[in-house]
Amino acid sequence: MRLAEHRYKTISSLRSQLLLVEKVAEVRLGEVVRVVGPDGRSQEGEVLLVDNHTVLVQIFGEGRSLDLIETTVIFTDTVKQAPLSLNMLDRVFDGSFNPIDGLPAPLPVKWVPVSGMPINPTSRARPEEFIETGFSAIDGLNTLVKGQKLPIFSCAGLPAKEIVADILKNCTVSSGSDVEQQAVVFVALGLSHYEYSYYMDTLGETETNFVAFINLASDPVVERLLAPRFGLTVAEYLAFEKDMDVLVVITDMTNYCDALREISTSREELPGRRGYPGYMYSDLASLFERAGRLKGRPGSITMLPVVTMPEDDITHPIPDLTGYITEGQIVLARDLHRQGIFPPIDVLPSLSRLMQQGIGKGSTGENHRRTANLLYLHYAKGCDLRGLEAIVGREGMSGADRNILEFTDSFEREFIHQGDLRRDIAATLDSGLSILKRYGLEET
Amino acid sequence: MKGRIIGISGPTVTVDIPDLKLYDRVLLGGERLQGEVVRLDTGRAMVQVYEDTRGLALGEPAEGLGFPLSAKLGPGLLSGIFDGLQRPLDRMAAAHGPFILPGKHLPPLNLDEGWDFTPLKKSGESVAEGEAIGTFREGSHEHPVHSSAAGELTTIVSGKVKLEEPVAVNAENIKLYGHGEWPIRLPRPYRKKLAPTVPLITGQRVIDFLFPLAKGGTAILPGGFGTGKTILEQAIAKYADIDVVVYVGCGERGNEMAEMLEEFGELADPWTGRRLMDRTVMVANTSNMPVAAREASIYTAVTIAEYYRDMGCHVLLLADSISRWAEALREISSAMEEMPGEEGYPTYLASRLATFFSRAGVVETMSGEIGSLSIILSVSPPGGDLTEPATQACLRTSGAFLMLDTDLAHRRHFPAINWSQSFSLYDADMGAYFEKETSPNWNRHRQRCRNILQRAEKLREVAAIVGAEGMQDSDQLILEAAERIRLEFLCQNSYSDDAFSTPELTAEKIGEIIGWTDETETKPAAGEPLESIIRRPKT
Repeated sequence: MRLAEHRYKTISSLRSQLLLVEKVAEVRLGEVVRVVGPDGRSQEGEVLLVDNHTVLVQIFGEGRSLDLIETTVIFTDTVKQAPLSLNMLDRVFDGSFNPIDGLPAPLPVKWVPVSGMPINPTSRARPEEFIETGFSAIDGLNTLVKGQKLPIFSCAGLPAKEIVADILKNCTVSSGSDVEQQAVVFVALGLSHYEYSYYMDTLGETETNFVAFINLASDPVVERLLAPRFGLTVAEYLAFEKDMDVLVVITDMTNYCDALREISTSREELPGRRGYPGYMYSDLASLFERAGRLKGRPGSITMLPVVTMPEDDITHPIPDLTGYITEGQIVLARDLHRQGIFPPIDVLPSLSRLMQQGIGKGSTGENHRRTANLLYLHYAKGCDLRGLEAIVGREGMSGADRNILEFTDSFEREFIHQGDLRRDIAATLDSGLSILKRYGLEET
Repeated sequence: MKGRIIGISGPTVTVDIPDLKLYDRVLLGGERLQGEVVRLDTGRAMVQVYEDTRGLALGEPAEGLGFPLSAKLGPGLLSGIFDGLQRPLDRMAAAHGPFILPGKHLPPLNLDEGWDFTPLKKSGESVAEGEAIGTFREGSHEHPVHSSAAGELTTIVSGKVKLEEPVAVNAENIKLYGHGEWPIRLPRPYRKKLAPTVPLITGQRVIDFLFPLAKGGTAILPGGFGTGKTILEQAIAKYADIDVVVYVGCGERGNEMAEMLEEFGELADPWTGRRLMDRTVMVANTSNMPVAAREASIYTAVTIAEYYRDMGCHVLLLADSISRWAEALREISSAMEEMPGEEGYPTYLASRLATFFSRAGVVETMSGEIGSLSIILSVSPPGGDLTEPATQACLRTSGAFLMLDTDLAHRRHFPAINWSQSFSLYDADMGAYFEKETSPNWNRHRQRCRNILQRAEKLREVAAIVGAEGMQDSDQLILEAAERIRLEFLCQNSYSDDAFSTPELTAEKIGEIIGWTDETETKPAAGEPLESIIRRPKT
């Protein structure tokens, strides 16, 4: 602890959001600084690099109206922290944790560093409690479990937000269906006002507690990197100290990664694939790995990030690195969307790695794995046969092949497609089985 | 050797401690974070820090310890779980709670624990430095205890002794302990290296039959996300016919490590019936743990593996995934402002990997026993693109290439090993072994199996144009045989009893399918209609 505040007017260089301060006596990496411009306006910043007595500072604002002579940099001796208390529930904040719902800032009970600490792997409890979303393609084939991180890979123009909103409305994270012990942490990154108001309407309709961090497209880019960290710090507090089941929805991670690239470039760091920084994997992991459950504690953090795949390309660095970290993915397909199928989930590239633990006898039903395997087997075959059908026509194919093709069509139109209908898990499995039976495919 | 912090940049810190040596360990700041010297200049040294540097301050004290980063070796490693710095994660959780706090350390081996010590020397006998004076028993393993000094022994214990207590004292009153350490970046010595001749049986039919691995050999498993790299590595860790498994979760998911820990505590080793965990050492440096420790984790693991190899064990090291290690290397290199090579990776990526791979092998140990260390690494190429630097660097030195295929994974064909692109350099040698030990038809059936799969691939291209109906009956039979091989032989559901297949079962299964193919091949010519020949047996 330092006894007095340090103030410096020794800025030697100023480049949009970066400034170099010289002759600094004491400084920490990641320390929060306040930068006061000649007009008296104060902005927050963070120490990025220390080299002898020269310090590189990143400011979270715009950097407008700063100069080299009058601007003062004040070092605070603390790293970025989040103010926490239960009064945050049902409140809306911006990317710097300032309330934007017109109410005063809640009084914090404690302050916690936003970067979080890694969970000791031996303290993790296995995620195995089934979460029902009402969508057959998820519940039946790519089951979500409590404590999982399962992203939705969408394409521009596909109804990811409708699916997320629907899950927010319908899913019951807490097994006891005790609404008090559930919370949604909603983090909006670089959203347009139209999408933002859609989500806020949805949150208003649910009974569940929520905490929202909103960074709109016009808000500072650096806050896009902060908002999810605030959101997750809040989620950890609610889950692991207040025993709540927390669902964290972050949309859109593509904007997060673009912000990361923008800031990395301004720091003149070495660019990796497509200009994204080489540490993007570790950076994303520092967010996603905060999901989970702890042994001996009832709370949980389940994460549903939305990733919009640039150019519909699943090998683009953003979905690619995400997929390497998360426990599966729900992939939306433009093709299905064009046919009017909702949700347009392409089940073949979709996956839930933790499904096996969450399903079966005593949870979703004894025949769940078998039914899912059969549906996959025949649907994959049907998708192959469609290629052949395009060449020789359905008439030119064998009876067995025609049967599989008809099954494939029915599967998409009746099982995947739900429109406004939501199914519980029993109805999902019944629907799958009845389609298999209709085409005589229920036996292997 | 004390000094101060004069610069901080991401995972590297500059200090002004004089008289440091390269790779010396350094403690930094009030919390005494651990680091290692990676570059020396006059008056300043650059330190790679194994913990989160956030909050570290300019001018804080730094201390050089005068020795390099080492692994602690002795009884009690088995069934343990450690991080990249060999901190015992289970005891850390008990002591400090569910989150890993910076600067908190516990000794890797539980020094309170007692082990059975059998002396080989009597008091009054003289021993040379490095001579064995007794053994500790850990399960079925005998840990040799070597004297750290020459001289006459005045006392030597027998029976249960705690690790913190000396096992012997010599005339100069030097205490000799039952555990030692070894610098992780330095390979442990052996008398000579031998060629691998015995297969490493994995219980996975597609590997054992088509792309066999060797004890003392190396292999890589590259594949995009969702192709089942981790599941396959874990399956191999479960079923391999090996004495000791060292599993490194290198920059991967925490939940997977937790799941494995739980599962391995319950499951039994199919070869000995003992608890799987009793033959396993886990090193977990998950993706959210500090990057520099991820770089060190594979060296910590390989040193532990070599330690058991030196007792004459067959050891298997599995790392998931080496790409994350390469990324850690890149991050550190870039913080040191080194000249980048391809895709930002340092140019020494390939040589570092080659040095790491060459720690595998069958060796005659210093005590004259035969031990082996096999290495299997999973690779996570960005976008599934195998031309990227980490995969290419691995390809140059690894003995087997088991390519995981996204298409196969999407249709839930697991293990999703692509049978036309994968290869094993141990193919011929291991084939000869299996032919002698398991089935005289092994090589003949393997060739036949490959031919069928290859022909089916060509025929499928034709079928895509003319349709299956337009093909000759004999060709349709080949397609049918290939489909049977795929569904009944190459696929293995890791959640069922079929997850493990002995070489005998493997030979029997393929023998049945090849037999069926040989038999049906003659039928179309004899005028039997196709529909009656192809009665698909149940899968």
